[in-house]
Amino acid sequence: MYYVYLFTLAVVLISFCKDRNKTYKALKISWKKFSVILPAFAIMLILVSIILYLIPDSMIVEFLGNNNKTAGTIIASLFGSITLMPGFIAYPLCGILLKKGVSYMVLAAFSTTLMMVGFVTFPIEKTYFGTKVTIMRNCISFLIALIVAVAVGAFYGELL
Amino acid sequence: MKITGKKIINLSCLFLFSAFVGISFKTGFIPGQKIGNNFISFSLEMLKILPCAFVLIGIFEVWVKKEKVEKHLGKSSGFMAYIWMVLFAGTTVGGLYVAFPVAYSLHSKGAKLGAVFTYIAASGICRVPMTLFEASFMGIKFSVIRLVVSIPLVILSSMILGHYLEKKDYRLTTVE
Repeated sequence: MYYVYLFTLAVVLISFCKDRNKTYKALKISWKKFSVILPAFAIMLILVSIILYLIPDSMIVEFLGNNNKTAGTIIASLFGSITLMPGFIAYPLCGILLKKGVSYMVLAAFSTTLMMVGFVTFPIEKTYFGTKVTIMRNCISFLIALIVAVAVGAFYGELL
Repeated sequence: MKITGKKIINLSCLFLFSAFVGISFKTGFIPGQKIGNNFISFSLEMLKILPCAFVLIGIFEVWVKKEKVEKHLGKSSGFMAYIWMVLFAGTTVGGLYVAFPVAYSLHSKGAKLGAVFTYIAASGICRVPMTLFEASFMGIKFSVIRLVVSIPLVILSSMILGHYLEKKDYRLTTVE
């Protein structure tokens, strides 16, 4: 994370040395773009905080652990689609599930939809790309995640 | 800034939510408190990343010439555009919510839609730090299979979606 700050700082400094006015202009653009999208971010944060309360980790563990593979994969992909978790929470959770005997296929469905399909990011994506494209992109991503899950299942010999 | 109907809805959502959380803390309503805590921890998480992202977007918009983006990522660019996008996505920090504004800026600088969709999807699935972290929990084999299967599918579907939308002369709404 610190590298990101250092990198940003370095870029701004270089830009400032090269052209002071352009840098001011850039920061103005940054602020404007940020303030325009801020309400959508706030709505997303509200959605995430409510959904994570309704679907706690313990519930995910319970649902993914007790099902057959087909149902598990579908449930996992739905959970992954509606929630949003940073990787540093999601993968340790997947690690726990793996030790509990949850199949790789189910975990692939969960982690891939988590990263690619965004129900809670809908307000943001819609602002930039419009409702229609947002829905299309998310549906395609969902299908890709399912294909990835099946492929993972096949490689680990979990399909039969 | 104009006050539109949408803004009023957004503001009232925010107001209702903060009232709900505030009252929950006053009256000891546990679910409301938990939701409030979730909100705060996620907001902090995002505030760590977003300022950097938007500053870099601003710098990008000012310094990078449209012709340059168009040449490498625009409509006349070839397959390499998709490879560039996957590699660039690998360096993205955060997740989809960072990728959207970046993707929007790329498009307004002339990147074709297919390349933009590739970038969004790839920044979900092939961020380098995240993939390393994933491999440490799930095994390298898992990560490799996931990447090898998903990247071609992402590129293919983005190409198709991009071509389809460009044929229909789809225009992104301007975010002002």
